[in-house]
Amino acid sequence: MSESADLPSAPERPSLYELFSAFLIVSVSGLGGALPWARRMIVEQKGWMTTEEFNEAFALSQFLPGPNLVNFAVVFGSRFGGPAGAVVAIIGLMGPPLVIVMVLAILYARFGQLEVLGRILSGITAAAAGLLIAVVGKMAMPLFVKRWNWATGIAILAFVAVAIMRWPLPYVFIVLAPVAVALAWFMPAAAANAAKTKAAKP
Amino acid sequence: MNDNPLLALFAYFAMLSLFAVGGANAAIPEMHRIAVEMMHWMDDRQFVDMFAIAQMSPGPNVIIVTLIGYHVAGFAGAGVATVAMCGPTCVVAFFATRTWDRFKDAPWRIAIQAGLVPVSLGLIAASAFVLARAADKNIYAGVVTAVTVLVAAFTRINPLWLFAGGGVLGLSGWL
Repeated sequence: MSESADLPSAPERPSLYELFSAFLIVSVSGLGGALPWARRMIVEQKGWMTTEEFNEAFALSQFLPGPNLVNFAVVFGSRFGGPAGAVVAIIGLMGPPLVIVMVLAILYARFGQLEVLGRILSGITAAAAGLLIAVVGKMAMPLFVKRWNWATGIAILAFVAVAIMRWPLPYVFIVLAPVAVALAWFMPAAAANAAKTKAAKP
Repeated sequence: MNDNPLLALFAYFAMLSLFAVGGANAAIPEMHRIAVEMMHWMDDRQFVDMFAIAQMSPGPNVIIVTLIGYHVAGFAGAGVATVAMCGPTCVVAFFATRTWDRFKDAPWRIAIQAGLVPVSLGLIAASAFVLARAADKNIYAGVVTAVTVLVAAFTRINPLWLFAGGGVLGLSGWL
């Protein structure tokens, strides 16, 4: 616990411009995953947060629904600059990628039917799918390592419902999430394991 | 709702944004279900192409919704899809971050967090499954996926090199 709730323990507060440019740099350098860049910038280069503060803020961003990095921009930006800080962080994060991706979208609309492009992209997707499987493996490790518990069951149920049954995500979530939270409430031992997964990832 | 593509984009992505625990990668099966199976905005291959483009672009992976939006309704579609996917969750994040810090050690906060971890894990696993099934149309593509899993799990190599390798193999006509 830090001694003051609203003031971060980091040496100085970034200005709005610094917030904007920090997330701008993170977004353009974050090819293939922006998290390591965000950590490098915020913890190592600028010293705006300690590693623990960063992990805590990022855990929250992961746990909230929606895109993790966008959530993180809001959590981080609002902490240092209120609503304006959140807005400039999002603009910095999303601005350059949006411009780039719009160009790619226009190119794809024109050349997307080209067979060569299709071949290249299908090779990339095969690799991207493998990358995602590896991420899942790393996340699952602490969850499965002990023995089977409710968390294992919930993860498998979510997988089967969405991947095999192809049920709509909102329905699956509305049924599973309260059950999972209730189980975590009544069986905190397994919950502690599950929480470790979260802490281990960033 | 189905008549106006902008309205449909907004409604689906705004809803998705509030249920996608685990981030954009957890939402891939639902995006696929809506864009390909339900609305027939695109076919399997186009969806997978857009995922690949989003992965290779700088910035958050959520940018795939921008590509889907553009495909459906041009610039307006791209803007609407992006705002719908990011807007609601930004508002939630803004208020949650205040509450969260205050209840750092509250049991209900720990239970919520611990309960949602396995849910998001299952959802991301489902994304990986759906993508692998769409991408691995033959044995060679399956091998590329399997090799990527091993390389990503046991080395710290930049994923861009894996994408490049997959792209070159694809170009060579093996996949």
